[in-house]
Amino acid sequence: MKRIVHYINQFYGQIGGEEAADLKPLKKEGPVGPGAALNAALSGEAEIVSTVICGDNYFADNGDEALETILAMIEEEKPDMFIAGPGFNAGRYGLACGTICDAVKTKLSIPVLTALYPENPGAEMFKKTVYIIEAPMTAAGMKDVIPKMASLAKKLLSGEEIGFPEEEGYIPQGFRVNFHTVQNGAERGVDMLIKKLKGEPFTTELPMPVFDRVDPAPALKDLKHARIALITSGGIVPQGNPDHIESANASRYGIYDISDLSYLPADKFTSVHGGYDPVYAMDDPDRVVPLDAMREIEHEGVIGELYDHYYATVGNTTAVSNAKKYAEEIAQDMIKNNVQAAILTSN
Amino acid sequence: MAKTIESFGIPVVHVCSIVPISLAVGANRIVPATAIPYPLGNPELSKEDEFKLRKHLVMQALEALTTDVEGQTVFKE
Repeated sequence: MKRIVHYINQFYGQIGGEEAADLKPLKKEGPVGPGAALNAALSGEAEIVSTVICGDNYFADNGDEALETILAMIEEEKPDMFIAGPGFNAGRYGLACGTICDAVKTKLSIPVLTALYPENPGAEMFKKTVYIIEAPMTAAGMKDVIPKMASLAKKLLSGEEIGFPEEEGYIPQGFRVNFHTVQNGAERGVDMLIKKLKGEPFTTELPMPVFDRVDPAPALKDLKHARIALITSGGIVPQGNPDHIESANASRYGIYDISDLSYLPADKFTSVHGGYDPVYAMDDPDRVVPLDAMREIEHEGVIGELYDHYYATVGNTTAVSNAKKYAEEIAQDMIKNNVQAAILTSN
Repeated sequence: MAKTIESFGIPVVHVCSIVPISLAVGANRIVPATAIPYPLGNPELSKEDEFKLRKHLVMQALEALTTDVEGQTVFKE
């Protein structure tokens, strides 16, 4: 029979609540807590040979050391598979489930599985590398999650082909898979359109990404005394592109001195953006970063001051996570330099 | 980028040529620009008129920065 090691936290391990969250990793023989139901659902095809239990705080506070201990405990059992959770929407527990699954997969090269609520940070971080069954927010949904976990676990153990996320119940991993369909794309598209026009439900084949929202920052109160910065995603950089910003999928941004300039001379600045025809921007970079206009507005006293550097990156198929990271660093730099507002230009 | 910087409490106006993208991504203050290859310009105009156009767009952007908004707002003419 296939051997499974199961990971749960101190709470599901029936040791205690928050007061026991500093519990060091320990191992018990056989299934514990939710492991019993999971074991039963595996219907004799595999069994939970042992259960590793660790306190949520201990794992969160002792990172690599805790992980090493737990990995050693798992490895000793020579398991065929590792399962963690379900962790529902518990942040520390979910992160532990994801982290350990990912490490076991890499180190022991065995299938791993957990179950988390999609917004659990552990799911966000590991959904690409670990099969994570979509769990509801709380343990009230235990009954629904266990059968899905058991079903996918059996498939992973037998090497059977894993179906699409919606069939198996796991969180989409972002892979694209080729498959044959009876109807071609045009027919499917028209069918979808007809359903949409009739107001009937239909399923898109290419879901659009969902972007989070941020409340607007309060308006600038005193423009006449404000220091304002220019930012561009239009790839305007000094000639020679000193920071080697990529023309697409940029992995970096630059901060460039404009303190002595009243406009952006074409022989000193250029565009490295790979997503638009750069002829007009190279001819006059102010068409993307409006330094000349800002200088005149500054001289007229409309604004207090133009910040003496501008920020630039290339917004061309750039990952949202990268853009977010640059923006955080830029915001911190702005705060450090007492910049109160910014004009961001994009092509 | 606009919304991330705004999350630090710093108002940002996004001057961009493709407003629907800016709306989809979540910028809060948006000023529509001229065109993709020259968002703040127009090579068909004389240098003087092009500068006037650019200055006008920047003034609109500054107005957006000094305007309190409830949610995503596109500042049109």
